[in-house]
Amino acid sequence: MRALNHKLVRELWQLRGQALAIALVIGAGLAAVLMSISTLDSLQNTRAIYYRDYAFAEVFASLKRAPDSLRERIAAIPGVNQVNTRVWAPVTIEIAGFTDPISGLLVSAPRAGRADLNRLYLRAGRLMDPDRSDEIVIGDAFAEAHGFQPGDRLGVIIDGKRKQLRIVGIALSPEFIYQIGPGSIFPDFARFAVLWMAPDVLATAYDMDGAFNNVTLTLTHGANAADVIDELDTVLERYGGLSAYDREDQTSHRFLSEEFKQLEQMGRTFSVIFLGISAFLLNMVISRLINTQREEIATLKAFGYSNLAIGAHYAKLVVAIVLFGIVLGVIAGVWFGQGLSHIYMEYYRLPYLHYQLRPVIVLVATLVTASAALIGTLFALQRAVRLPPAQAMRPEPPPVYRATVVERLGVQRWLSQPSRMILRHIERRPLKAALSVIGIAFAGGIVISGTFFKDSIDFMVEAEFRLAQREDIAVTFTEATSYAALHELAALPGVTRVEPVRVVPVRLRHGHHVYRTSVQGLAPNADLHRSLDLNLQPLAFPPQGILLTEYLGTRLAIKPGDTLTIEVLDGSQPVREVPLVGLVQQYIGVGGYMDLDALNRLLREDRAVSGAFLAVDEADRETVYARLKTMPRIASVRVQENSIRNYYASIGDLLLTYTAFIAGLAGAITFGVVYNSARITLSERSRELASLRVLGFTRGEIAYILLGELALLTLAAIPLGFVVGRALSAHFVATIHQELFRVPLILEPDTYTLSAIVILISALVSGLIVRRRLDQLDLIAVLKTKE
Amino acid sequence: MSTPDSNNATHADIDADVVFHAHGITKIYPMGEVEVQALRGVDLDLHTGELIVLLGPSGSGKSTLLNILGGLDTPTAGCVLYRGRDLTRATERELTEYRRYHVGFVFQFYNLIPSLTARENVAVVTEIARKPMRPEEALELVGLGKRLDHFPAQLSGGEQQRVAIARAIAKNPEVLLCDEPTGALDSSTGIVVLEAIERINRELGTATAVITHNAGIALMADRVIHLGDGLITHVNINETRKAPHELTW
Repeated sequence: MRALNHKLVRELWQLRGQALAIALVIGAGLAAVLMSISTLDSLQNTRAIYYRDYAFAEVFASLKRAPDSLRERIAAIPGVNQVNTRVWAPVTIEIAGFTDPISGLLVSAPRAGRADLNRLYLRAGRLMDPDRSDEIVIGDAFAEAHGFQPGDRLGVIIDGKRKQLRIVGIALSPEFIYQIGPGSIFPDFARFAVLWMAPDVLATAYDMDGAFNNVTLTLTHGANAADVIDELDTVLERYGGLSAYDREDQTSHRFLSEEFKQLEQMGRTFSVIFLGISAFLLNMVISRLINTQREEIATLKAFGYSNLAIGAHYAKLVVAIVLFGIVLGVIAGVWFGQGLSHIYMEYYRLPYLHYQLRPVIVLVATLVTASAALIGTLFALQRAVRLPPAQAMRPEPPPVYRATVVERLGVQRWLSQPSRMILRHIERRPLKAALSVIGIAFAGGIVISGTFFKDSIDFMVEAEFRLAQREDIAVTFTEATSYAALHELAALPGVTRVEPVRVVPVRLRHGHHVYRTSVQGLAPNADLHRSLDLNLQPLAFPPQGILLTEYLGTRLAIKPGDTLTIEVLDGSQPVREVPLVGLVQQYIGVGGYMDLDALNRLLREDRAVSGAFLAVDEADRETVYARLKTMPRIASVRVQENSIRNYYASIGDLLLTYTAFIAGLAGAITFGVVYNSARITLSERSRELASLRVLGFTRGEIAYILLGELALLTLAAIPLGFVVGRALSAHFVATIHQELFRVPLILEPDTYTLSAIVILISALVSGLIVRRRLDQLDLIAVLKTKE
Repeated sequence: MSTPDSNNATHADIDADVVFHAHGITKIYPMGEVEVQALRGVDLDLHTGELIVLLGPSGSGKSTLLNILGGLDTPTAGCVLYRGRDLTRATERELTEYRRYHVGFVFQFYNLIPSLTARENVAVVTEIARKPMRPEEALELVGLGKRLDHFPAQLSGGEQQRVAIARAIAKNPEVLLCDEPTGALDSSTGIVVLEAIERINRELGTATAVITHNAGIALMADRVIHLGDGLITHVNINETRKAPHELTW
């Protein structure tokens, strides 16, 4: 067998071009799988470790004000392990030279030196000195966005009082991995800040001496969170407690979980598609490769090698190529996975990354890939060894051809002999031609599925921010207030329109389906902030009943006409029943919508608003921002333009980065497939083409015959690739249909064009390489050899 | 060593009816660390209308000689004049053109294009030639006028070889080079093929060189050139050519 091994090594070297292209297909497929799965695993793993090491709480509650003494009662609730009572205060921040409104959340720092909950990970500087009243620690995202260093100063407006504070440290907290300001669903690191202050200092500044307005706790092992929450709600009820919640409803955790879910869905889908496609292509390419070895196999058989020995020999060849591809894939997958994880960490404020690649994933992917290759080998070998060696070594009887359908239609006389050769060659082996076309089409399809998100995201932004939320500024008041507040806003110079909104936190219940969200009450004549029906037309608010985001309708298994139970989580916490009157098309976030007056009636309250939407003249924006900052009743100001930017900068960016990786890998696969198709066609036809060269055909003329076929197959594959791409994209859209956002299936011509270009460039480069090979055809050998 | 023609021939005094004038052809193939001398200084002329047989065992250099005459290979030393043009100095493009317009090849294994019919296999050459005959005419000449639209798979070995001959002569070449044309055929089929070659040579006056290791074929030639070990060992001139059907092997 030593001689066979030499043959193996030499043939691998001879086949290096093709072997590389096959390894590229395997490597790209594997890299896509490993990248997707390892990124998710790493982020989840890192989050779990971070939660554990920095004692992230398990139950959370806000209240108006309770004395510190209540802490003992909370700690006595059965199932409670550790309790942390604290103050957190919404603040406004001023930075010289930065006119946009900045809102912040000032939180009592966990007590240093004690095993307190939600501990800070200090990235720079130190924690504050409890005896100094002007020291703060700021979140690293905000520090990074503005270039703050320990020692810098910051103007903070706490409860209407302006304070000049000194930054002593920059930190991260497990509570704020996903950092979003009130009313936003996307991070805006420059305009929302999390700040920490020494507990006593903050209590004094916020007029909360000896009191707290926020509590977090952990549970003992085996405790039931729901029971603890019920008990906690009872304890906090007379202190203005808002309904307590567990981690699942904690903002950062919930958004993060949603994004992880989305990443998981995408990763899973891409993995299945990439593994499936690369396995299919591998099977096809390998079996064609073995077919070209027919004569050698016959010769080996003639020497007395058993079918098993020959099978093992070729299996080794294939395994060597596959292993090379797998090594390539693991290296690229780990590299891309780490790169992608670090990009994600820009948005998820994690202090460190525990990169994790589970060996079982590599193993499964390897097994799938190797099996696909070996099955392809087996089938091809079976065909090859079936022939008696003598027959295989004699000149092969010419394969049977006939005039093609196209020619029989009467166009024959327009076709030159070389053109007829192209057509007949394709038509004689329709399965092979079809497989090539399908292979290239699938590769083109994944390019589409990796790039269509850009079109969809643009469409989402258009629908959400240009058709639905058309306000320039959204203002949130510190608490529900009377309509009078609107007049004050309308009086600001430059404000052209003011629309009221009332946002109420609720728990929606239909049958056994429950969902915690908020209901927005909007004016019936709302023109700035509108809801859209399923055809993206503005919806008129019905005087009674509620509208729900279409996603929420599905989630609650409710349809228009059914009755929905609303448990209000604010004020007197009433529970009401309202009819669902319609569904709203909304791509980003979820919620319920009602007529403002109807909502107020439901709450049995007077006409009250919790915020407003403003249209502002472009020229007066900065003046308006400045005036809004001085209004104590205003908790936060959101500038719509920034929302769009934030959207692109966060989720949009992540999605596009991820899909760009995917598209790149898809491009690699496309090239691998096209190149292999070309190379195999060359080896199958080189004798014929060399004969024509001897007969006086020029290089260009024989290249036309070979490359013409490749061109024809490629051209056929492009539109089929569009169909495949659309189907794959539709599949994606369906799998990532989730709470945070739903992606519409939008495919613009440029996405199709890109797929076509990737295929065409692959074909062109492959064509050029093959063309160079054609120029080196051995014309003499062809005279003496049979096929 | 005997030479078929004058060793002293120069460019100037080549007869008008000399198609090839080869002088001192040497071909050395480097095979790893050793060199194989396939031809060791061969001189040969081929005249218009002449049919020669190059006879020799395998390894004698006959194929190398034919390849050099056909513009498929270049000698290491020596010169080959085709109608006064030096093939040894021709560029790749010129050699392609030479094969395209002047030479007809017949191969041992036919080398037909399986996806084209008999007629189209001939047309593949006539479409790129200068003054070709019609493919039907060429096929008629080899006795295949009735099998024009058959694909190679539908033809016997002898018929395939005759299509190959038709393809070779359809361009009206000056020379027909046949490399073991009967090598893959039984003797009765081989004779039919040789008849086709002989008829072309006789009727069209195409200078023809046939390579074979089969001495039985030699009697149909005007001249038989025996090769051995890269040299011409001797030359037989047949006063009368035998018709192929009189041959046996």
